[in-house]
Amino acid sequence: MTVAVRRRGGLPEAVPSTPAPMLEVVDMHVRFDAVHAVRGVSFSVTQGESFGIVGESGSGKSTVLRAVAGLNSGWSGAIRIAGDAVGPRRERGFYKRVQMVFQDPYGSLHPRHTVDRVLAEPLAIHGLGDAEARIERVLRDVGLGPAFRFRYPHQLSGGQRQRVAVARALILEPSLLLLDEPTSALDVSVQAEILNLLTRLRAEHGLTFVLVTHNLAVVAHMCERLAVMNQGRIVEELTVEQLRAAEPREPYTRQLLRASLGYDREAARNLETFD
Amino acid sequence: MTGAQPLLTVEDLRVEYQTRKGLVRAVRGVTFTVGREKVGIVGESGSGKSQTGRAILRLIPPTGRLTAKRLGFEEVDLLAADERTMRDVRGQRIAMVLQDPKFSLNPVMTVGKQIAEAYRAHAELDAGAARKRALDMLAAVRMREPERVYDSYPHELSGGMGQRAMIAMMLGTDPDLLIADEPTSALDVTVQMQVLAILDDLVTGRGMGLIFISHDLNLVASFCDRVLVMYAGRIVEELRASELGQAKHPYTQGLLAALPRVDQPTRELAVMRRDPAWAMEPVG
Repeated sequence: MTVAVRRRGGLPEAVPSTPAPMLEVVDMHVRFDAVHAVRGVSFSVTQGESFGIVGESGSGKSTVLRAVAGLNSGWSGAIRIAGDAVGPRRERGFYKRVQMVFQDPYGSLHPRHTVDRVLAEPLAIHGLGDAEARIERVLRDVGLGPAFRFRYPHQLSGGQRQRVAVARALILEPSLLLLDEPTSALDVSVQAEILNLLTRLRAEHGLTFVLVTHNLAVVAHMCERLAVMNQGRIVEELTVEQLRAAEPREPYTRQLLRASLGYDREAARNLETFD
Repeated sequence: MTGAQPLLTVEDLRVEYQTRKGLVRAVRGVTFTVGREKVGIVGESGSGKSQTGRAILRLIPPTGRLTAKRLGFEEVDLLAADERTMRDVRGQRIAMVLQDPKFSLNPVMTVGKQIAEAYRAHAELDAGAARKRALDMLAAVRMREPERVYDSYPHELSGGMGQRAMIAMMLGTDPDLLIADEPTSALDVTVQMQVLAILDDLVTGRGMGLIFISHDLNLVASFCDRVLVMYAGRIVEELRASELGQAKHPYTQGLLAALPRVDQPTRELAVMRRDPAWAMEPVG
């Protein structure tokens, strides 16, 4: 198991006594013209861990993830992947270690490319041979048979499309997977299937997850630790046990937790605004 | 049921579409009543829940066919009513709020003007009275600065504010029944809570009836009085919201089990095994 993990993840063979975190973000700021979207965010995620970032719309949670993925260039601070600092522009090797799954499988797959072409493209870019076997293996891995290989996105259900998106991310055998609301566009029964798939893949491939979502229940199910963001800052970092015991320190987190448990007349009357 | 006379009676409602691939039966024999209460319709995509909501207002495209044994709203027979009568019913006595205010509001007209226009058309108010009522309603849906919102364009408002503006527009004509199709699904949980509180007040305060269409079983259970669970165009189970835990139908049980929960950790979520029998219509 561990041998396979290292080979797939491309981790250094000699593991130092205190391994560097898989992902380290130090004092990240992101500005879009006048908008200061991320204001000094720092966190670190150890190898094999699943870390959640939750917050409401506009909290900056997706912006943090996109900056890590190299999709926002206007950030400052430091991002380190397994100890190596990355700059605003990413080299090709970066994407073999870090991959991302997006929210909307309808938008993230090219409508006129077959599943085969979607999966073959990253292999070609990175000059990896053995495409045939790799594509078949990754399709099996995400629970789609070889029958799906030559289908177009419109011939797939929402859940199958998200499986293809996961396969596209995994085909380069990355060690860090960035997940941006991976199940919010899906029905609950399909969400359960995709979350189970991600849990299994993480265990089998020793993956590290950073999961961004507005859904506290999904984070509680998938992650060991989480950061709660509001107005571009991390309000609180806590373990899932603390969340489950309903004992967040910050009033903002407590209110978010209360609101996610369903409608409550009393709670609705006492909502506060946090600026 | 509350009261002897329900507001809305739906009996054996069917919506069908003739497509190139054959007949699609979106709603297949749905029967229910709504009084002055909060009724939730829950189901996954394709279950027919939105089609049911639209069929009540006869908002079915020309390619569709709507049939029912009965579709009655108070004294109006919605099946037999002519278009003129339907126009009076729509927006005035039965109002509808859809999921995304971005698509329901006109982007090149200020929010206030749109709301006032709706009141002038349906409540026959003059311009001054319509403006005044619009400002009152914007305050009633807890906008902090009704004047500023009145003069804003839709893109200048957040999702929550846009949705509250839609609700203000729909409720200014004092409808007897509101059909809300995923009204809070695009909103943050805390904003969702505020919008639900407004709807709750309207049902309890004004005696309005509410049909709340949603995919979120837990939300519906915490908010509504009764829940109808739809699957493949049929109501497979009807229960009191407080008795959701005792759901008998395997589909309802499966939906509940598939939901991750903050308070109940599981290693693996239950995956639904669909039984073709759920989609079958009962014989006779």
